Order: sequence, then structure tokens, then C-alpha cells
Amino acid sequence: MSNGSSNNNNTARFDAARRVAIFGGTHGNEMSGVTLVNLWMQNSAEIQRKGLEIKPFITNPKAVEKCVRYVDTDLNRAFTPENLSATGGDELPYEVQRAQEINRMFGPKGSAEAYDVIFDLHNTTSNMGCTLILESSKDAFNLQMMNYIKKALAPASCLVLLNEHPLLKYSTSRSVAKHPVGMEVGPQPQGVLRSNIFEAMRVILKHALDFISLFNEGMEFPPCTVEVFRVLERMDYPRDANGNIIAMVHPNLQDCDWEPLNPGDPMFQTFDGKSIHYQGSSTVYPTFINEAAYYEKQQAFVTTRRETLAASAIRKA
Amino acid sequence: MQVDEPVRLPRLSRVAVCGGTHGNELSGVYLVREMLKPENRKEDGGPASVLMVLSNPRAMQQCTRYVDTDLNRCFTHATLNGPASEGAPYEIFRARELNTLLGPKGSRAAVDLICDLHNTTANMGLCFIAYSDCDWVCLHIFRHLQMPDTPMRFIHFDVSTKESYSLDSIGKHGFAMEIGPQPHGCVKSNIYTAMKEGVQHMRDWVSCFNSGCVFEGGPVDVFTMVKNLDYPRDGETRNITAAIHPRLQDRDFCLLRPGEPLFQTFSGETLKYQGDEALYAFFINECAYYEKGIALSLARKRRVTVPSIRVQTDEEERASEESFASEEEE
Repeated sequence: MSNGSSNNNNTARFDAARRVAIFGGTHGNEMSGVTLVNLWMQNSAEIQRKGLEIKPFITNPKAVEKCVRYVDTDLNRAFTPENLSATGGDELPYEVQRAQEINRMFGPKGSAEAYDVIFDLHNTTSNMGCTLILESSKDAFNLQMMNYIKKALAPASCLVLLNEHPLLKYSTSRSVAKHPVGMEVGPQPQGVLRSNIFEAMRVILKHALDFISLFNEGMEFPPCTVEVFRVLERMDYPRDANGNIIAMVHPNLQDCDWEPLNPGDPMFQTFDGKSIHYQGSSTVYPTFINEAAYYEKQQAFVTTRRETLAASAIRKA
Repeated sequence: MQVDEPVRLPRLSRVAVCGGTHGNELSGVYLVREMLKPENRKEDGGPASVLMVLSNPRAMQQCTRYVDTDLNRCFTHATLNGPASEGAPYEIFRARELNTLLGPKGSRAAVDLICDLHNTTANMGLCFIAYSDCDWVCLHIFRHLQMPDTPMRFIHFDVSTKESYSLDSIGKHGFAMEIGPQPHGCVKSNIYTAMKEGVQHMRDWVSCFNSGCVFEGGPVDVFTMVKNLDYPRDGETRNITAAIHPRLQDRDFCLLRPGEPLFQTFSGETLKYQGDEALYAFFINECAYYEKGIALSLARKRRVTVPSIRVQTDEEERASEESFASEEEE
């Protein structure tokens, strides 16, 4: 694992990032990533950078072919140590087999041979705009990259979601790499390709690759701070005794990702029109509001709190 | 000046509201489930029984549009009456069950009115979709439905009774109530509420009609489907090579003129609409239509004049039944 090493000046040194992958189709019905990766597999001119090996890759081809999220089990939850070491070959669920294959090709997870960076492209039905997903608050390389991307896109918004929660954090396909970067753009229905969403994702990736290129050429990135939204809690839909949903995301909350939700604010609306209010003790920032794929995961939205993370200066070792 | 007498139409004694015809179109699924709850069963105060039906339970259970084949294409006479086979797709089997429950299609036993609930990923607001542009019942229900915050349109698919394929074609009268935009697998509260109000208005209208109200005639704008346009596709893989142009995306029911932007290729090129007639675009970027080869549909708009209508009296109904019976004998 490369956390970087500090020298006297507190600049963290990282090896040049030579091997980079771009994953599309981790969920087979999230069309921006599927389309971009297919495009780049045919013609990679747009993503090429000097001194960098960039591999576009469709992680879940069977799900892409059927235009479904997954075939047997969610690939983006499948990279657990148990799954990666499971025996059983063809008997294993399709996505577990895929996870093992991806771990062989781009990992092994946690080893020195693993890819330096993996960008994993996702869409959401939630109104999250452009979001970068960070798995560790201590990865200065990733923090600096995200700072670079945000500044390059400004004044257009690009927010950072940090999921370091011990229980809610999950084993993503990108977690095989030393520096995993999630890219989530919405709102877009599953199975649909929207031109504006597609172009937004393309631009984010361009800046990300530019950053890596500059870093590899020896540019030093001075210390910076990055505003992030740290995942706190998962909120499920209200359900009846049989587990059926009895209320929907309230119209006041629908599409209000990243806006403050204060104690007492409406949160859900029952099917007969009654409001259910947020009972927390302090203001939170909800996101992943009404993501279609999360109904089965018992999640109506997640709450976050705003934090500013500091990243040390970084430079190629 | 002669005042036109209202057209007399038979009572609507049996009405069906169907949800989950596509298992991932959730407003209708949740609405029908709610209406099926004992505490929500209510009398409309008129001699109409309202049947609530969850059309495709297996697809609903998997939260998918269909299991084997699109249920809402299985209601042609040919499919309903074809040979029964063991290996038949689930939806064909289910279509025949629904035909027994709500039909048989084309017979006197069929329910009087079917309202089939759907959602679309396209920005269509609330639409009625019907096979006829002269079914006065459907047109009057549409006229009656006033929803201040929701744009409403009446879409006509000019398909003969023989060729009609959707669930609503089983009833003597029928229409689909299609509301978007809503992603499949999701329920948005504003869309659910619009659908709930739409269904309630329909029930109110039916009660009113059955109790003898006269519904004044007048104009209704009707969009008649002319053709579908597919995405440009790669010759070998058949994958799409362009997306709906950002200037057209979400602009359902705008007038698309020859030469205006239609698609944007992945290399940024604008592809323009090549037709010679300006037409109204709808079902723009509906998820389920990628596999059917439809990027958008195009319609002509015209104004239909709907006559005044009222329910037949018992006498009129008896007289019409007798003449029907004697026609059958002949």
C-alpha cells in the first residue's frame, strides 16, 4: 500500500502512477461509463498520456449485455477478502468470479503489483451532479487529485463524498488499486444515456488524467484543503411489519442532494400524504437521495457531514 | 339554432385499474397496492365496480420490466387465442389470464373501461395513450382531468382493433395513463401524487357519468403517432453511436422541424432531423425503447371536436341490447 513517505519538508512522495485503469459497466445499466469505456476501447486517442499506461475495461460484461445492474450479486460489493480467496471456480456467483479475475488483472489488492489508480465510472438516479468518491481521508495523492479536478471544473460543481465509515464502507471494484477513485454522475435513469451526463463524466476524466500526467512529470502540488462530505448514516424507507415501503422520499427532499436537512424538516411522505420528519439532533447533508438501486439495500438516502481535509504537498518520488 | 343532443353511451359498470404491467414502473405498482388495502377500498357511490389489478406480479417481484417478454405487447387477438404451449413465455400465459379476468377482448363480457398505469423516463408529464381518437369516454375523461402543475396530453396510436396489442385494448374502452419523468425502479412523490389524482379524477368522472351527468363537448388536441426514429447504430455491434441531442433532451412535445438537432455523436457531431415534415417529438429517450429501436416518437397534432355525451337510460340500454341480440341471431 502506498501512503507516500514524507521527507523533511513534509511533502509526501509517491511513485509515479504508471498504470491506470478506467472501469465502466461495474453496474451494467449505468450507461455513461459503459459508453465511454467502449468508445475508448475502440479508439483510445482521447485518453492517452505520455508515460502512462491507461487501460479502459468493462468490469461486468454479462450485466452490460443484459443492461442490468448485476447478474448474481452486486460486483461493487464483491471485493471482500472472503470472496477474493474463495474456491469453487464456476460454481461461484458470476460477480465473485469476475472479482477474482479483476483482482488478478489489476491487483492483487493490497500488493505492490496492484495498479496505481483505478477510476470507476458510475451513474445514479439521484440528483448528485458530479461527485468524486474517496475511500480514505489519508490518501494525499487522491486528495490532491480531487482538489485539482474541482478547481479545473470550477465554477461548475464537483463534490467529494468520503466513505470511510467502518460499517457502511464497502468493497468496491476500484479498491483493488493503490488509489481508488469513484466517479458518480447523476441524475440519470438506469439504462438511459443522457448526453449532458456523458459529457460531464468525460470532462472529469480528462482533468483526472491531466493531473496524473503532471504529477508524473515531476510537478509538486502544494499543501491544500479539500471540502468533503463524510458519510454518517444510512436512512431506510419507513416500512410496515412485512417489510414493504410505506412512504416515499418527501417532495421537499427529492432532488435536494447536498442541501442541509435540519431536525424537523420533512423527509418522507406516506402514500396518503402525511409527512414524516427528520428526527436527528443536528443538521446533516443527505445524498444518494432516491437511488433506484438502493431500494433493495434498504437505503432511501445517506446522511453526511461537511468536513475540511488537509492534504500534504505531494511530489513524485 | 339546433342544440345537439348528447351522444348516449352505455353505462360503465365495470372499471379496472391496472398497475405493474411493467414491473419496474413503480408509481402504478405502489398505487394499486395501496388501493388494494382493505382500509382504502371505497365505494364510488355509483353502480360501478372498480377492479384493482397487479398485472405482472413476477416482473414486479424482480423489479424488472418483464420476465420473458413485454406483457404490454401480448394482447393481440392472435396472441391471446393462439395455441397453448407448455414452454410459452410467462407473459403470454399471464396475458391470457388477464384476458379471462377482464375480457375476453372483443366480447360483451369485457370490462367497460381499463386504465393501465405506466411510467416513462421521458419528460412527458401526464399522457393518456389510446388507440382511438374518437372514443368519447376516454376523451371526456381527459378533458375532465384538470391538473394545474402537470402538463397533460392525449396521444393516439392509430392501430386497428385487430392489431391492438396492449392491456387496455381488452376493455370496451381503455387507455394507458403514462406519467414521467421517473427512472424505472424508483418512485418519485410528485409523480405518484399526479397518478393518484389522475386515477381519482377518472373514478369521479365515471361516477358522474353513470349517474346521468351531461358532459359538454368541445375541442381536444390529439397527438397522433406518425413514426419512430431509432438511434444511429454501429453496423456490427448494433450499439448506439449517438445520444439524444442536449437541445432535444427533455423537450417532449416540442415541434421538431427539418434541420433541427436530433442526436449528438460521441465525437461531438450534431445529427439533424432529416424528415420533410415538422412533427411533435415524444417518448424522447425512454429507457425501455432502446431495445425496441426507438430513440423518440413523432406525432402530428390536430384538434378533435368531442360531442356532448351522457349515459344511456335503462330503457335505451335495453333497446340497444335487444337490437344487438337480434343482430347476433341474424
